[in-house]
Amino acid sequence: MTRKSTIMALGALLGLYAASQASAATDQVVIGDIDDMSGVYADVLGQAGIDVINMAISDFGGTVLGKKITVLSVDHQNKPDIGASKFREWADQNGLTMVLGGSNTGVSIAMSKVAAAKKIPFIAVGAGGASLTGVDCTPYTVHYAYDTTALGNGTASAIVKQGGKTWFFVTADYAFGTQLQEAATHVVLANGGKVLGAVRAPLGTTDYSSFLLQAQTSGAQVLGLANAGTDFSNSLKAANEFGIAKTMKPAALLAFLTDIHALTLNTAQGLYLTTGWYWDLNEQTRAFGKRFFAKVKRMPTMDQAAYYSATLQYLNAVKAVGSTDSDKVMAQMKKTKINDMFTQGGFIRADGLMVHTMYVMQVKAPKESKYPWDYYKVVKAMTGEEADGTQPDATCPMIKK
Amino acid sequence: MTTVFGVPLPAILGQLMLGLVNGSFYALLSLGLAVIFGLLGVVNFAHGAFYMLGAFAAYVGLESLGINYWWALLLAPLAVGLFGILIERLLLRHLYQVDPVYGLLLTFGIALIAEGVMRSQFGASGKSYPVPPLLQGGLNLGFMVLPVYRAWVIVASIAVCAVTWFLIERTRLGARLRAATENAKLVQAFGINVPVLVMCTYGAGVALAALAGVLAAPVVQVSPLMGSSLVIVVFAVVVIGGMGSIIGAIVSGLVLGLIEGLTKVIYPEASNVVVFVIMAIVLIWRPAGLFGKEQ
Amino acid sequence: MRAQVAVYVVLAALALIAPFLGLYPVFLMKLLCFAMFACAFNLLLGFTKMLSFGHAAYFGAAAYVTGWLVTAQGWNTLEGILGGVAVSMLLGLVIGAIAVRRQGIYFAMITLALAQVVFFICLQAEFTGGENGLQGIPRGSLLGFIKLGSDRTMYYFVLTVFVAVYALIVRIVHSPFGQVLKAIRANEPRAVSLGYKVDRYKLMAFVLSASLSGLAGSLKALVLGFATLSDVSQGNSGEVILMTLLGGSGTFLGPVIGANVVVTLQEYLSDLVGAWVSVIIGAIFVVCVLLFRRGFVGEVLRRFERRGG
Repeated sequence: MTRKSTIMALGALLGLYAASQASAATDQVVIGDIDDMSGVYADVLGQAGIDVINMAISDFGGTVLGKKITVLSVDHQNKPDIGASKFREWADQNGLTMVLGGSNTGVSIAMSKVAAAKKIPFIAVGAGGASLTGVDCTPYTVHYAYDTTALGNGTASAIVKQGGKTWFFVTADYAFGTQLQEAATHVVLANGGKVLGAVRAPLGTTDYSSFLLQAQTSGAQVLGLANAGTDFSNSLKAANEFGIAKTMKPAALLAFLTDIHALTLNTAQGLYLTTGWYWDLNEQTRAFGKRFFAKVKRMPTMDQAAYYSATLQYLNAVKAVGSTDSDKVMAQMKKTKINDMFTQGGFIRADGLMVHTMYVMQVKAPKESKYPWDYYKVVKAMTGEEADGTQPDATCPMIKK
Repeated sequence: MTTVFGVPLPAILGQLMLGLVNGSFYALLSLGLAVIFGLLGVVNFAHGAFYMLGAFAAYVGLESLGINYWWALLLAPLAVGLFGILIERLLLRHLYQVDPVYGLLLTFGIALIAEGVMRSQFGASGKSYPVPPLLQGGLNLGFMVLPVYRAWVIVASIAVCAVTWFLIERTRLGARLRAATENAKLVQAFGINVPVLVMCTYGAGVALAALAGVLAAPVVQVSPLMGSSLVIVVFAVVVIGGMGSIIGAIVSGLVLGLIEGLTKVIYPEASNVVVFVIMAIVLIWRPAGLFGKEQ
Repeated sequence: MRAQVAVYVVLAALALIAPFLGLYPVFLMKLLCFAMFACAFNLLLGFTKMLSFGHAAYFGAAAYVTGWLVTAQGWNTLEGILGGVAVSMLLGLVIGAIAVRRQGIYFAMITLALAQVVFFICLQAEFTGGENGLQGIPRGSLLGFIKLGSDRTMYYFVLTVFVAVYALIVRIVHSPFGQVLKAIRANEPRAVSLGYKVDRYKLMAFVLSASLSGLAGSLKALVLGFATLSDVSQGNSGEVILMTLLGGSGTFLGPVIGANVVVTLQEYLSDLVGAWVSVIIGAIFVVCVLLFRRGFVGEVLRRFERRGG
């Protein structure tokens, strides 16, 4: 290349830099679903999550403000990069108006950064990490079904109060596991218990033997399982296989109905767990459970119920404000009480957390179970404030000021 | 309680025991890899995939054909071994004349295909494979409860390794194999059908991987990605033992399993990388590996 | 020669107007980053015949370091990029020093194993965010006045860097240093007997390739705003091999074309066929290795040469 042409090329480049600008947004209703469809959390929401969104849309009438409602979905494979880049791409290219976040806190944190940058409402359902409405909060994030704080206040406190004072954690090695362990530790210490140690196991570990051996060596009374999905069922199974479930009391810090179903009541009986929803609570939940069962041949998990509820809440807000404008919709959602099959009197706090009743459950023994999917008995119903405190999370930058 | 390095003895013994279980898998896998490398000069990147296919063969056999664990131990390696022979005949054979690096790349591609097919059929998360009724329960060793099945894994894989070693080092068939490794042309001239020997060797190496897969199924669950990270560790094991050395593969497989177990007690953060670090040290100090011959 | 100039002119024109053709700028930038990565990798595989099976280590490490520097340490964009490149250069020096002692498959396996060490360090170190990765990495601005937040501005920045790297690689290959590398590729023992300190040349090529891979990784982190384990994983190492092989190792344009094909396939096929993407990628690998080891551009060049000769 000659010097002249080099200069010309550079000039052209500079011109193009100047000419570059952002493209305009389109006006339609597009709901995105970013979830683990094939990995350890695939049963918690997964394909059935898409079914549930479509159920909500058709219950709503199929259109809002005269516009067709479309659903986009992707399998994030538990990789934050896939979740974040799909979200960004849909926002830039497909006129996305709201996104539902499936399982995996790591992915949801990545998505919340995009939500803030692109100003698109992001309803996190499957993720547990309390940081979504804490240090990672955004004006566009709603944390809907449950969070790690509530899980700690439910399960951990029930177990400590029954005498399980010394704990050892087996923790899923990513944002969710560490936050869950933190929340549980906080509760254990506050109730006079002690934490003797913790070990981090990678997400999707299939052989827990060496981690459990470490737990056993610690001599703790309680084996805190700060994991979820098949990680939870695998670690509990291994604890039984290595005879550790006999010397330590396993604590399921997060277990879903599908996990208990997979483990069977024989293995899981007596476990305490905390959930935001159960199909057999009242007439409304049972009705939803039966509709879901007719379609998917399983009973819904709390996350699947929350997906349905959140989709309807969003569509109602769009209808009420007459636009998909993110700020207007968010304002509307934050001032509306949630009264539906998912919860009664739920509300979205300033930090984005949907505060609602949480239930501490105990898994029934096989002989107590009267009909299929009759797995839990309610130990205690915690009010939203008991579960998540009375004040918004002070670590959320929106709250501080 | 007795302690070593400030760690209770039972903890060390327990992790060593689990290390031995892992070492058994390393030994079986690196054995097959070494046999294949010795004769074909191919670094079989698909070895992890064949291990995974062995486990899936057992899983599918049980779920849809009702083939129990013991038959799976026989049939799955046979089926996967035949599949390996097919691959050798159709694909790998064309690469013996070019740079061995292409063999590595080809088998890498095969591994991707196998993993992708299984992932789209069975999803990414594991399928559990039950422990056979005969091997259920646990042995109380005092310092830990060792599930009977894991004890069986150790015994079975050491037995298989010993038999393979005997076949190669002490029988006529093995002698031919070793001769063909040294000088294929000469052996061919003596009237031994080398291409068939190569084909069967590849099949046998693959079958060993599949056998390891069946053994592993009740321990680690059956999942499409179970082999992909393991194969890299096994590569390192083979390099440490000395590429192509049978005894090197077996011994270093077992020993590295133990070392890994020990690392889990002393410095758990390093347990994933200890094998690779040892490999780097061995390569600096003895480039041909511990049991390898200097070229 | 004239054909070559024509190809370059057309490509340059395409690259300049691409964002105005309705193509998604983020996708285009991703293409450029991976093309840069493949070109850097080609410096080793194509021009020195060393197959590194762990190049994701340099790409990913730089992505993490850049991300960490600009988020946690408040460095500006250029400093962040330089920091990332420096780390991958250092990493290349250490791993290269061990690896260049062996050849062929041994070299491949050593680089693979040591890259795995880097992977596990990234998994466990605090600053990488482990399984979560680093999120929300800001693009910042160039020298304080060119804001890179807009996708199109960022695109032209990445394009500029890409062109510079491409030119640098062409320059290196044609330099006396590049000639020695080619001599090593053709016949290593002869190069030794001619008195060249072969290991030193190979190490230099390795470090260069690692640094430029790092540059690609740093830019990718800024473009997409995150650095995650996918960047350092073995899968990424495999993909860059495929890009180079498919496009044509040892040609200048080959890796660029290979990267475009592979990234486009992944991007568009993953929505359509899910897990079958890896089957397709694997099948391309097999076909490439068996049927056209020269790669796409290599085959085209050979046709031309035949016709010309």
